[in-house]
Amino acid sequence: MTAASTPAATGTSVLADYLIGLGDDALVLSHRLAEWVTRAPQLEEDIALANISLDLLGQARTLLSYAGEVAGDGRDEDDLAYLRSEREFRNVQIVEIPNGDFAVTIARQLIFSAYQFELYTALLSSADETLAALAAKAVKEVDYHRDHASQWTLRLGDGTEQSHARMQAALEATWPYVEELFDPTDIADQLAALPRIAVDPATLRPAWSDYLRPVLVEATLVEPQPNRRTRGGRRGLHTEALGHMLAEMQSLHRSHPGVTW
Amino acid sequence: MTGPAQRGTGEPVSEPNVPTAGSKGWPLWEVFVRARRGLSHQHVGSLHAPDAAMALRNARDVYTRRGEGVSIWVVPAAAITASSPDEKDPFFDPALDKAYRHPTFYDVPEGVSHL
Repeated sequence: MTAASTPAATGTSVLADYLIGLGDDALVLSHRLAEWVTRAPQLEEDIALANISLDLLGQARTLLSYAGEVAGDGRDEDDLAYLRSEREFRNVQIVEIPNGDFAVTIARQLIFSAYQFELYTALLSSADETLAALAAKAVKEVDYHRDHASQWTLRLGDGTEQSHARMQAALEATWPYVEELFDPTDIADQLAALPRIAVDPATLRPAWSDYLRPVLVEATLVEPQPNRRTRGGRRGLHTEALGHMLAEMQSLHRSHPGVTW
Repeated sequence: MTGPAQRGTGEPVSEPNVPTAGSKGWPLWEVFVRARRGLSHQHVGSLHAPDAAMALRNARDVYTRRGEGVSIWVVPAAAITASSPDEKDPFFDPALDKAYRHPTFYDVPEGVSHL
C-alpha cells in the first residue's frame, strides 16, 4: 500500500473516500443489473447482463475492501456495502436510476461504461499500485461492457420505429445524469490531496465524447440537450430510488447479522 | 474491441445468406469453441441471436464463462446440413467391416503426432 494523505483525526482518509466513491458506483450498478436476472427479454441477454453485473461486483469488492483497509476503522467490504445508509453512499446518481425498459438500461450502460473505460485507462498510471492493478483488470471488463451497450444502441436506434423511439426517449431520460460524471467539484479535496493517484473526471470527457458521438450518429439518434442536470451523488445526495434499492439489497444482511452460507 | 463506427467482429460487409432477426424471432446459431490448448473448435451448444455480431458476443457470454476458450465460431444453424439418424446404417455400417481400409497394418513412426 503506498503512502496516501491520511488525516489521523477521524480515522478515515481522503483515499478511502475516493475509493468508496468508485466502489459505490460499481456496487449500485451491479445491483441494478442483477435486477434484470429472470426478467431480461431473451435468455442470452439475461446472461449477458448478469455477467456485466458480476464484473462490476468484482470491481466493487476490490475497491471497497481496499477502502476499508485504508480507512483503518475495521470495516470490511460487507460492512461498507450493507451497513451504510443512503446518505453515506457516494455513487454518482446515474447508476442508481431504476432500470426502466431495456432501452433505458442500455442507455445508462453505454454512458457509464464508456466513462468507466476512460476512468480505468487513466488509473492505469495511478501511483497507487492496488488501484493501478485493479484498473488493469477492470479496463478489459468495461471495454466489453461498452461494446455490448453500443451494439444494442446501434440495433435499437437504427431498428424499428418503436425501438428507435424508445432508445431516443431513453437517452433523453439519462442524459441529465451525464454532467455529474465529469464534474470534479464535489471531489475537489480528494483530487487536491491525491495528485498522482486519483483522476480528475473532467479530463475524461473528451475521449468519452469521441467514443459516444459516432455511436449515436450511426444509430440515427440525436444527442440530447437536457435543460436540467443532477449533482450531489458524491456528497451523499441521491434520488429517492437509491433508498428503495438499498432497502432490498441490505435487508438480508441486516436481518441476519454475521450470517454465513 | 473495435472502434465505435465499426460493427465489431463477426459482421461481414454483405450478408446475403445469413439469417437476420425478423418478426418470427431470433435465428438459431451453433457455437464452436477452441480451448486454449486445443487444436480444433469443438461444438459446445447453441443459442439465439439477432445477427452474427451479437451471436459472437452471446457465445462469449454463455459458453466461455469459465475460461473455456480462446476462439469462437458461430454458424447459423440453418447453414448446417446434418446426416439423418434414419440413414445411419447405410451411411456408416459398410465402413466398419472393410478391414483393408483401416490404417492398422503398419507401425506409426515415432514423432508423428495427431495421425
